[in-house]
Amino acid sequence: MATTLSSIQAPVSTICASSQRPHCPTGTQSLLFVSKPSNYTIFAKTSYSFKPSKIRPITAPRATPSSSPPTTFHGQCYVLGDNIDTDQIIPAEHLTLVPSKPDEYKKLGSFAFSGLPTSLYPIPFIQPGTDSTQYPIIIAGANFGCGSSREHAPVALGAAGVRAVVAESYARIFFRNSVATGEVYPIELEHEGVNKQCTTGDIVTVDLERNVFINHTKGKEFVLKPIGDAGPVIDAGGIFAYARKTGMISSVV
Amino acid sequence: MATTVVPPHAAFFGAKKEIGARSSFSPSISAHRCRKHSLNKVLAVMAPAQPSRAPATTGSVKHGMTMTEKILAKSSDKSKLEPGENIWVNIDVLMTHDVCGPGTIGIFKKEFGKNAKVWDREKIVIIPDHYIFTSDERANRNVDIIRDFALEQNIKYFYDIKDLSNFKVNPDYKGVCHIALAQEGHCRPGEVLLGTDSHTCNAGAFGQFATGIGNTDAGFVMGTGKLLLKVPPTMRFVLDGEMPHYLLAKDLILQIIGEITVAGATYKSMEFVGSTVESLNMEERMTLCNMVVEAGGKNGVVPPDETTFKYLEGKTSVNYEPVYSDESAKFISEYRFDVSKLEPVVAKPHSPDNRALARECKDVKIDRVYIGSCTGGKTEDFMAAAKVFLASGKKVKVPTFLVPATQKVWIDLYSLPVPGSGGKTCSQIFEEAGCDTPASPSCGACLGGPRDTYARMNEPMVCVSTTNRNFPGRMGHKEGQIYLASPYTAAASALTGYVTDPREFL
Repeated sequence: MATTLSSIQAPVSTICASSQRPHCPTGTQSLLFVSKPSNYTIFAKTSYSFKPSKIRPITAPRATPSSSPPTTFHGQCYVLGDNIDTDQIIPAEHLTLVPSKPDEYKKLGSFAFSGLPTSLYPIPFIQPGTDSTQYPIIIAGANFGCGSSREHAPVALGAAGVRAVVAESYARIFFRNSVATGEVYPIELEHEGVNKQCTTGDIVTVDLERNVFINHTKGKEFVLKPIGDAGPVIDAGGIFAYARKTGMISSVV
Repeated sequence: MATTVVPPHAAFFGAKKEIGARSSFSPSISAHRCRKHSLNKVLAVMAPAQPSRAPATTGSVKHGMTMTEKILAKSSDKSKLEPGENIWVNIDVLMTHDVCGPGTIGIFKKEFGKNAKVWDREKIVIIPDHYIFTSDERANRNVDIIRDFALEQNIKYFYDIKDLSNFKVNPDYKGVCHIALAQEGHCRPGEVLLGTDSHTCNAGAFGQFATGIGNTDAGFVMGTGKLLLKVPPTMRFVLDGEMPHYLLAKDLILQIIGEITVAGATYKSMEFVGSTVESLNMEERMTLCNMVVEAGGKNGVVPPDETTFKYLEGKTSVNYEPVYSDESAKFISEYRFDVSKLEPVVAKPHSPDNRALARECKDVKIDRVYIGSCTGGKTEDFMAAAKVFLASGKKVKVPTFLVPATQKVWIDLYSLPVPGSGGKTCSQIFEEAGCDTPASPSCGACLGGPRDTYARMNEPMVCVSTTNRNFPGRMGHKEGQIYLASPYTAAASALTGYVTDPREFL
């Protein structure tokens, strides 16, 4: 017997374009806009004490059922341009790996961004001989994740250790898959051209409570669009977990 | 089955954003600047984008719905809906293949239980097509996984292949999923079709809502037969004028993508209307809708008509109900094209929106030509290529790979006479022109695939291809250069060894 939907209620606008998320507090998170310039300078001053060169990335632990969801991500960033498509994120020859199998999930992670042309991106995303990345945060331009509907793309990033992507804009299927799987937070920047002001290896912080992206190395801050209703879904671990956590579908054996 | 649907989203799309009409996912600045330069040189064959009229500010305005809105309304049991609403949609057909099937099945079993049953064994179509003719063990195993599942669930439509050495001895095997869906009658006007592949939008040619989804969403549909979808606003593309004899639908869609960029239709529906569209056969309409995703589009639609109904005769016994956009429907933007003024175009490396006139690329030396995929490997596509080879009478100057999309296409190549050839088949013409023998039907090298995939680009080289994407590494090698083109342009280029406008031969 197929699971019936009698107890499913539509999650509140979970899969949606960021432009259409209301800029108002949701029930689960209060979203504060950092709008006053003075706040920026206060932030920037305290961050100058950081020595970026040899810091190991420290990131907030992935949300587990008993812990509260992370509100900040911190570590080195990897910087990309516009229109990074799914073939660059995970080349098609690796799609024989099945993401729902744990060992193949890990292997997928080891191939994340192996499709990037080395002439444009000489720094490898994953050090040869290792299977996960030292860059938990991606900074990108417009239309990130365009191309295929393959879920292997956000999965490879999550498996490699990426916690958040901070981009100007997203292609819709990638955005949707990121939220549905809960693998990475797809966060949008308020303004264009931020990736041009960042360099791979910069130490950054993504603050989802204040909706601010801080580049400590460059001493700059940028405004983020609130993740809105997609946030709780990713926090829970994806659409199925969210549906169960909120009582929308009953737990199945 | 009681389902509660959330009230329409506060940031309702229509009211605020249609002036200027561009999506908030604006294209990259540098791409936009480049485009401005090239726009100065292109003939003004296109009226500027027209924003639709703003609704009256007092009270609600009664207006009709677009095709996409109507299909989604019907499938969610709502009488009316607006772009921006999130709604639970009943799915008519779910398709998956060998690459995403195993992952989808894994999620289905994990979330619904290892003994769970799919929502409807007749509404799931499982089509191995991506990595078939390879010795890659994992690829072969993935076909086994979907077979085991199809048997366990008694899936009605599973187009199996067991003997990889000879596709012809596998009576059930079809080939490329999107073409198989059409040929086997799974695409019907007014319905909702989802597939674990971005080119699922191909089926919009039949006047249905069809779009690509990931494994997790597909796993959800497998168990429930529903999915939460956001209603997209519709961009209207009016294509009028007589189709010049040297143009194909591929030229039209490359023209459009070049115009609006790879993010121009993000989260939107693309509706294709006009006298030119009406003159296209079903396979050409499929080519048009196939590449909607390359503009970021959610889905594409063509209004069904006699051409559609005739194609469907004998293919399906399921009743269908065509829907059409209302006169008073609201479109977020409208683009008009005088097709009679257009010229053959290509998309240069490394983006489907990097549009250029084919004749302006005539100094680009190429290493090979690839004719295949859901976009350019259908019977009509091969017929078009054959026409060019026939007109020339000469041999190709570079390796020319031919990969029919499905078994049916392969059979057509060897049996249908090419008009004006005195009874020759495509295969004969291809042989006389020195092309490679048509290969086993599958997705082939369109997306690279395992290393031993036929026609995979394993060294950096320049290729003119009838496929759909040319991002770095798409066909295998990261430094490969792919020029996307129509079958006419691809065949013409094969004959000269350079990117060539087909008017050289036609």
